[in-house]
Amino acid sequence: MGSIVLEQVTKSFGETQVIPPLDLTIEDGEFAVFVGPSGCGKSTLLRLIAGLEDTTSGRVLIDGADMTEVSPSKRGLSMVFQTYALYPHMTVRKNIAFPMRMAGMSEAEQEKRIMAAAESLNLTDYLDRKPGQLSGGQRQRVAIGRAIVRDPSAFLFDEPLSNLDAALRVGMRIEITEMHARMKTTMIYVTHDQVEAMTMADKIVVLQAGVIEQVGSPLDLYHTPRNLFVAGFIGSPKMNFIEGPEADQRGATTVGIRPEHIDVVEGPGEGIWSGTVGVAEHLGSDTFFHIHETGLAETMTVRAVGNVALRHGDAIHLRPREAEMHRFDAEGLRMS
Amino acid sequence: MAIVAQSTRRGRISRATFAWIVGLLFFFPIFWMVLTSFKTDADAVKPEHLFFFTPTLENYLNMTENYDYWRFAQNSIITAVFATIFALAVGIPCAYAMAFNPARGTKDILMWMLSTKMLPAAAVLYPMTFLTKSLGLFDTKFLIIVVLMLINLPIVIWMLFTYFKEIPKEIIEAGQMDGVNTWGEVREILIPLAWGGIVSTALLCFIFCWNEAYWTVRLTTTDAATLSKLIEGNRAPEGLFFGRLSAVSTAAVGPIVVLGWFCQKQLVQGLTFGAVK
Repeated sequence: MGSIVLEQVTKSFGETQVIPPLDLTIEDGEFAVFVGPSGCGKSTLLRLIAGLEDTTSGRVLIDGADMTEVSPSKRGLSMVFQTYALYPHMTVRKNIAFPMRMAGMSEAEQEKRIMAAAESLNLTDYLDRKPGQLSGGQRQRVAIGRAIVRDPSAFLFDEPLSNLDAALRVGMRIEITEMHARMKTTMIYVTHDQVEAMTMADKIVVLQAGVIEQVGSPLDLYHTPRNLFVAGFIGSPKMNFIEGPEADQRGATTVGIRPEHIDVVEGPGEGIWSGTVGVAEHLGSDTFFHIHETGLAETMTVRAVGNVALRHGDAIHLRPREAEMHRFDAEGLRMS
Repeated sequence: MAIVAQSTRRGRISRATFAWIVGLLFFFPIFWMVLTSFKTDADAVKPEHLFFFTPTLENYLNMTENYDYWRFAQNSIITAVFATIFALAVGIPCAYAMAFNPARGTKDILMWMLSTKMLPAAAVLYPMTFLTKSLGLFDTKFLIIVVLMLINLPIVIWMLFTYFKEIPKEIIEAGQMDGVNTWGEVREILIPLAWGGIVSTALLCFIFCWNEAYWTVRLTTTDAATLSKLIEGNRAPEGLFFGRLSAVSTAAVGPIVVLGWFCQKQLVQGLTFGAVK
């Protein structure tokens, strides 16, 4: 069991309010991802839930119980840190055993859980090594092992993969997602990487300057972003934004269209945009075009399926899919 | 290449020579003291007997028979050990709090602590003497322990603070998430991780306590008198008892020199820590 509710939570450092009053509910068993640019307050929010930072006002409820004034050690949560934060003077076995030893669990039970965790995380051969003798990926596994053995009511992950190289990151991402599917424990995961957010989350919380911009499933956010910020933040490559006559014509201040919703067509014509290819990225499976001189936006990005044989300097003609167009008003809010 | 090699070689030799000269300069008074301690008081003041004399143990025998060297030594050990233990007992929690939960005034408090070392001791001699006498603490080991602890506390806290700052905050936070209370954090995480630094700090504090002479001489008479007091007691303005004084001094610094010799590595590491990361 591990539902987490934030009620009118605020956080100030001195005079600066980094989190204005905020409400959020994370259901039991949910995989929630806090995503946003650096400095948006996502880590602070996680640390407020963990109890590592005190709230300035408001309440933090875990499983319905008010935990606002409870110390981190008594909240029943586990945390995995970006820097792993393993105990360098202890072996892997002792690192994993540490929270259980602190909880006064029997030696036999500790050993049983260490072996189970080590097996599921491929650490069996490394139990007697110290963290300094492990690679980054292995260290992160130990940190996860230390988090799972005590059966927390929720896991908190603070950018756990950002110190790993790209290949390892994808692998660990899948492992964590599988772990969640298996354990069905509430997880809160902080990242600045929207791909991680999209691939892992049941629920994404998009933050900017301490304010929740939108909460929803990955596809909700993709299909119906509530405002320009979310529209621009979710999706890769970024959504194209067009102002001026094209927007006016559709009754909006700004229209947005994702690169994958624009088709490359032959020749100019009615409702067709034309421009010049700046950079063409040929990936084989897809081709990404960065297009100039469209008269719509400085650079338009288009994703074409398969290989399209256009190069730098070539003329290109585009037809947007009208149904996939997003319309925003003068405040940047979505128009239905 | 040959020229470069030659010049670096020459540089190395001149640096080594310089280091040796400075080293010998520091060492000579100690060497002289040890040498003099084996001379009779008469030989000690004769220049022609500087290096050539008939060694005698008379001064040392005299010292143990007439002055009860062991009682002074015992007082030195007791006061230095307990002052060091108490300084660490106060210093560790204090440095821990400042390193991991700094508040707005933490830097100022640290500076203020250090500033107490800038106060001339003589300035508070009268109030200290008056106070200790009226409290009935004059010439007690308890008083010396408290005084030694207090005068070394700033340096102990500064050193520990520097060591603790090197420990990533996340490790302490990981401990909190893993269910440790504050005492557990200190015992299970902080002390093991900063062990080298704590040992260096303790050693240095012990040495400072052992060598302290201003207060130990002035706030004791017999019961709590340390080796510093023994040396002071053998000082004669006329310089007639150089042999005896040297023997007492040698016996007083001996234990600390031996301790320092065995803990060289720890001490050097401790004093340069933080300077070369």
